[in-house]
Amino acid sequence: MAEKKLIALEINGRRLEASVPPNQTLLESLRELGYFEVKSGCEKGDCGACAVLVDGEAIDSCLTLTWTVEGRRLTTVAGLGSGEHLHPLQTAFIEHGAIQCGYCTPGLIIAAQSMLDTTPNPNDEDIRLALSGNLCRCTGYTKVFAAVRDAAAVMREGKRSG
Amino acid sequence: MQPRRDGAPETRKTMLADFDLVIPANLTQALQILSEDATRNGHDAMPLAGGTNLLVDIRARRAAPKRLIALGKLDELRGTTIDNGRVIVGGRTTLTDVLRAPRMAEHAPSLVQSARVFGGQMVRNSATVAGNLCYGSPAADTVPPLLSLNAELTLASQAGRRVVPLNDFFLGYKQNVRRHDELVTEITWPLPPSNSANLFYKLARRKGDAITVVGLAVTLVVESGKCSCVRIALGAVAPVIKRALAAEAMLIDQALTPTLIDAAAGQAVEACEPIDDARASAEYRCHGVYVLTRRLLTQAWERLS
Repeated sequence: MAEKKLIALEINGRRLEASVPPNQTLLESLRELGYFEVKSGCEKGDCGACAVLVDGEAIDSCLTLTWTVEGRRLTTVAGLGSGEHLHPLQTAFIEHGAIQCGYCTPGLIIAAQSMLDTTPNPNDEDIRLALSGNLCRCTGYTKVFAAVRDAAAVMREGKRSG
Repeated sequence: MQPRRDGAPETRKTMLADFDLVIPANLTQALQILSEDATRNGHDAMPLAGGTNLLVDIRARRAAPKRLIALGKLDELRGTTIDNGRVIVGGRTTLTDVLRAPRMAEHAPSLVQSARVFGGQMVRNSATVAGNLCYGSPAADTVPPLLSLNAELTLASQAGRRVVPLNDFFLGYKQNVRRHDELVTEITWPLPPSNSANLFYKLARRKGDAITVVGLAVTLVVESGKCSCVRIALGAVAPVIKRALAAEAMLIDQALTPTLIDAAAGQAVEACEPIDDARASAEYRCHGVYVLTRRLLTQAWERLS
């Protein structure tokens, strides 16, 4: 067995240390630490359910070794907003009913947020490319697209007035 | 720990089999570790770039390295520049970096087209171009574009550097000339001239997040109404991605006509050695090569004449 190491992590603004073996994926670490909003789907980079932000950029946590994100800023979907103050993407997903079972939703919101960070005014092709690594098996993507378009508009407005 | 209700012992299964992980701070350290590994430990370490292939293979027990050398901190190899008439992409540059690089759509139209349909966003944010080349999948999306651009790789080790044309890089299915102690530090190609067209098409079941059925890239340079340079690269139709040299030879120094393009497309099919698999039959792949060669040559010629 390879040696575990104490790894310093910053998750949703909270700093903590965890004892992690070298072969542990970020997906496994996050769920062990209780971040159950990060979902385990295909575990091979196809479905996007486990997506989290690393320094603002979405990655599949199942394809990331925890040791390699030491000192980086990690954000899960629960770190984007709180129960009282939802993120515009979270509000828009609810308003559009862009959720059925909800399993893919955390990853979809993380992927959308990552795209909106660099593309605040996306067209449908931008959204399609950004969400191409997120699979929803309940329904389709029409309501998801509508939610992302709406949230983008709200976020642009927020930036202008804020 | 609570015993399971079915009485089976509680064993937490880990996704990945046991391995050790080393995270060098820079290229010098990384090359030193690889060099020591090659001489002392008998080649049991593997470089880990984006991990979007290797970690999937380790999880599926298709690969079992004892040690991974993670390249995530080699920022000196990340980014794109232009120098001396050549485009230079660093060995740690991700697909997303390529898409964000200014003017890359002019400097490598086919590569940008392939990067857009490469995996999904999260995979593009992690995966590197060099990793895509070194893994050597016959369906690798960046290879046909880079072959069509006549790209070269710089391989570095503690012993020095060497430059290898991408055309000579692959030896066989997932085999290439990279030595165990070497890393790809740069991928370069000449800036395309203004009288050139460079196109790529990925035929797959979906636009994104799909493994390529046929990937085809074409470069055409036209001078005085004739083709002065033709490159046709075929992906996912042979153990190694390669150029359709006989088809290219039919077109050089010629003004293209529908008849000639059709004949060259037929010739390109002759270069294919495809397999039947879950994604497509060999016959369908050959037909795909025929249709796409004809289509991309026609588009390129129309754009330039």
